[in-house]
Amino acid sequence: MKQFTFARAGSPADATRQFRNGAAYLGGGTNLVDLMRLGVTAPDHVIDVTGAVSDEITAHDGGLTIGAGVRNSDLSSHPLVRERYPMLARAVLNGASGQIRNAATVGGNLLQRTRCPYFQDVSMPCNKRSPGSGCQATAPGADTANMAVLGHTPFCVATHPSDLAVALTALNARVRVVSQAGVSQARGMAPDGGRWVDMPGLHRLPGGAPDHDTVLRPGELITKVELPPPAGGRQTYRKVRERASFAFALVSIAALLDVGPDGRVRDCRIALGGVAHAPWRALAAERVVLGVPPAAEVFAGAAEAELRYAHPLAGNAYKVTLARNLITTVLEELIP
Amino acid sequence: MSDTHPIEGHRAEGRDKVTGAAWYAFEHPVPDAVYAYPLQAPIASGRIGAVDTAEALAMPGVITVLWGGVAIPFGTENFELALFERSEVTYRGQLVGAVIADTLENARAAAAAVRVDYAPDEHDVVLRADHPDQFRPEKINPALPTDTGYGDVAAGLAGATVRVAATYTTPVQHNNPMEPHAAIASWDSAGVLTVYDSTQGPTADRDTIAAVLGLDPDQVRVVSPHVGGGFGSKGTTRPHVILAAIAARAVDRPVKVAMTRQQMFALAGHRTPTIQRMELGASADGRLTALAHDVLEHTATRTEFAEQTAACTRVMYGARAMRTTHRLVRLNVPAPSWMRAPGETPGMYALESAMDELAVALGMDPVELRVVNDPSAEPESGLPFSSRNLVACLRAGAERFGWAGRDPRPGVRRRGRWLTGTGVAASTYPARRRPSTATASAVDGGYEVRIAAADIGTGARTALGDIAASVLGVDAARVRVVLGYSALPDAPLAGGSMGTASWGSAVAGACEALLKDGEHGSADTADDVAKDGGWARHSFGAQFAEVLVDPLTGEVRVPRLLGVFAAGHIINPVLARSQFIGGMTMGLSMALFEETAVDATAGGFVRADLAQYHVASCADVPSVEAFWIEEVDPHLWPGGGKGIGEIGITGTAAAIGNAVYHATGHRVRDLPITPAKLLATA
Repeated sequence: MKQFTFARAGSPADATRQFRNGAAYLGGGTNLVDLMRLGVTAPDHVIDVTGAVSDEITAHDGGLTIGAGVRNSDLSSHPLVRERYPMLARAVLNGASGQIRNAATVGGNLLQRTRCPYFQDVSMPCNKRSPGSGCQATAPGADTANMAVLGHTPFCVATHPSDLAVALTALNARVRVVSQAGVSQARGMAPDGGRWVDMPGLHRLPGGAPDHDTVLRPGELITKVELPPPAGGRQTYRKVRERASFAFALVSIAALLDVGPDGRVRDCRIALGGVAHAPWRALAAERVVLGVPPAAEVFAGAAEAELRYAHPLAGNAYKVTLARNLITTVLEELIP
Repeated sequence: MSDTHPIEGHRAEGRDKVTGAAWYAFEHPVPDAVYAYPLQAPIASGRIGAVDTAEALAMPGVITVLWGGVAIPFGTENFELALFERSEVTYRGQLVGAVIADTLENARAAAAAVRVDYAPDEHDVVLRADHPDQFRPEKINPALPTDTGYGDVAAGLAGATVRVAATYTTPVQHNNPMEPHAAIASWDSAGVLTVYDSTQGPTADRDTIAAVLGLDPDQVRVVSPHVGGGFGSKGTTRPHVILAAIAARAVDRPVKVAMTRQQMFALAGHRTPTIQRMELGASADGRLTALAHDVLEHTATRTEFAEQTAACTRVMYGARAMRTTHRLVRLNVPAPSWMRAPGETPGMYALESAMDELAVALGMDPVELRVVNDPSAEPESGLPFSSRNLVACLRAGAERFGWAGRDPRPGVRRRGRWLTGTGVAASTYPARRRPSTATASAVDGGYEVRIAAADIGTGARTALGDIAASVLGVDAARVRVVLGYSALPDAPLAGGSMGTASWGSAVAGACEALLKDGEHGSADTADDVAKDGGWARHSFGAQFAEVLVDPLTGEVRVPRLLGVFAAGHIINPVLARSQFIGGMTMGLSMALFEETAVDATAGGFVRADLAQYHVASCADVPSVEAFWIEEVDPHLWPGGGKGIGEIGITGTAAAIGNAVYHATGHRVRDLPITPAKLLATA
């Protein structure tokens, strides 16, 4: 069998020191272990980082710091998360099943791989799994129902599966990553080998290199996620799927709307899941809504501004309709 | 393992299952077993060229590699079981070889190192209505005429006040029992093969294995005491069993083979996709003047399987003229096979959807439309029904569901963001039995019944104990039922909803003989079953669904599903309810979720796991209720039951589709009814 060594890391420095090419960090294992069984990935060294990073949620400067080792179920049930960032609690509760949420970590959730059927089947070509082998999902007659409609390229049309990441993208979260100190200092980073990565910005669009899901460099480890102080207004997360539970999003939306005393929108955040290789921050739509009184026709215009450049594939034009309907209806529901 | 019957109304093997004492196929502790991991073709059509096993053979733990160059001649024409015999590839995922190693992990790693050259040919995997290569099979399953009819359908349509013509399609579906297919094979020094399998019929499994391997049936022993679901996919011997047997012979050690969930999609059977054209005509009072059901479905290039999709139409309604036809297209797909209520499940979806469309066109209540067309004799054959209580089921279901006063207008009811609607459909399934044998003995102050039946999770062991106890006039706790071994008296499959009637007849006969003899009794029902003609025997039912549809997202939820069934005498209410609601849940799953995508270019099935092939989760079935009308039918077997394993799934998808129409005004005629399709109609 494919042999690998396994070690538990006691600190971020311990974890990053152990990292080498061909190694993988292990959180809850709910995705990595599946991918190892399928032969999609075959690390030769697995580093359990659940003892290396914090599993605590703490308040700071009006915001919240979430350790990368926090389990999804703990995140979704935390009183401060539920009270101040309800879209985040809802997003997490909409993901997977209770058993998986008990195991899955925040860091691992952000770095989970696409569930594209062609990525997961090693007998199929896939540029993400095997760069240069092609993209079966773009061949005629492929199963494209769950593929991207925004930001995809001929190299890859897969979508990012996380619900959590969509909410964090709307909340302007940032992610702390560390790497082996010497290496990162040479790259001009902080002395502890750390840097901040903003969301959106952690996840990449596929371009010509879909094997890179994120901007993280080899060996970089997510240690925590920081949320800025809660925004005003109302917020929610809505996930559409065929099955009522335990399914990835066809399309999901994290949305926030804050209307000022003058009756004009002073803050609006919209992030979409299930439509692109990364959680999709709908900045064009937000710009339409900001500064004007909230109204159905404004939201319709916002959706149009965002989705004007959508390129559905043969089997997923419905996602454009669905994204449009979600933007308009969810924002309407958020009008105070 | 024990076959005790501790608590009335509970599973005889319940304690064994919850304590882990019940061994499933892969779990039997067979010493010195090694593992085979299959090699599967990545092309859908072509030929196998050179095979390079050198690298694999040098890997840790590898014992040997099996492939066509070292294959054994088989005594079968069954392409899927004559492993590696031909260099021809006819479907993606076909077994072309296997690696045998000391551990599963080593076998799997080495399988990835075997180099197989392929010469691919063009393939064709997509069924379409205008496919040029349609042909008429000689017969449809199990041995029914392909095309039937009476009266003048064209005239019936021409003279109708109201006509409906519509095409309904269903996708490829996969059975997906909870326990994946697995086998352990072991040869003894006398050349007797023992196979620990997960099968719906130890006798048939033994006979197939023996035929394929050129053995006498008494040289094969099948052991299958517990089976974690089958839904038809374990009704026929699957290739992994033959692989285990030839691998065990090749390495002279026991060999274990377990299919992964992904492998099951190519190797464990599937339900054919169907394209069904329905034409109905009715006079103003709703009486059918014509009913035509023309079916197109796929089969494999080397194996013919003709699902009896329109057979239900020959039974259901008293049309003045009728036509049913079946055509097939041979595609580069694995052989389709049985999946819960083969024929009736896709067929009743089309028929009962079309009946709803007819009711809408007539402006008639869909319950009443079915009532006025309820025939006094089986329309196609003219045979009298042994009992038929469809109307009683419709009436009782309508009462329980609260159907009266339903506003028929579509798309006008709202509950928050949801549109709501209700729908009804009928269910039917044949009541048949097959010859079986059984023995019964007085043992240790109790009784032991022996029969090569299978308990695939239905509770057969418990139900047969109930039947034996009732004949013997003793408490069921004193009867021990031994089943699941081919060494027991021959018995037919758990399939076609025939298990309880077939086995129960033999068990009752053996117990009657035991009562006469005092110590031992045996029965063979072949002569009795041969006299089963003369009556049309079917179960019937009515299903009612309430749905919620979000018109802006296309989400469909089913807050309520209610069925009433007339299936003869219900032998064990606890087990019967499980079968009914299980079938209904599977029908709901078919209506809204289940679809195996077919990749035209890659030439195979995709979404081959349970994260992508969605079956209903608990959150999808908040309320599924099943009721039944107790029938006293003197024309059945002595136990009086009609079989309940399959009727629950028939008609469900139509009831839900009809409710979706009622909620939205949109008729989706292509299963599953997904958000994508509902948004496309908006």
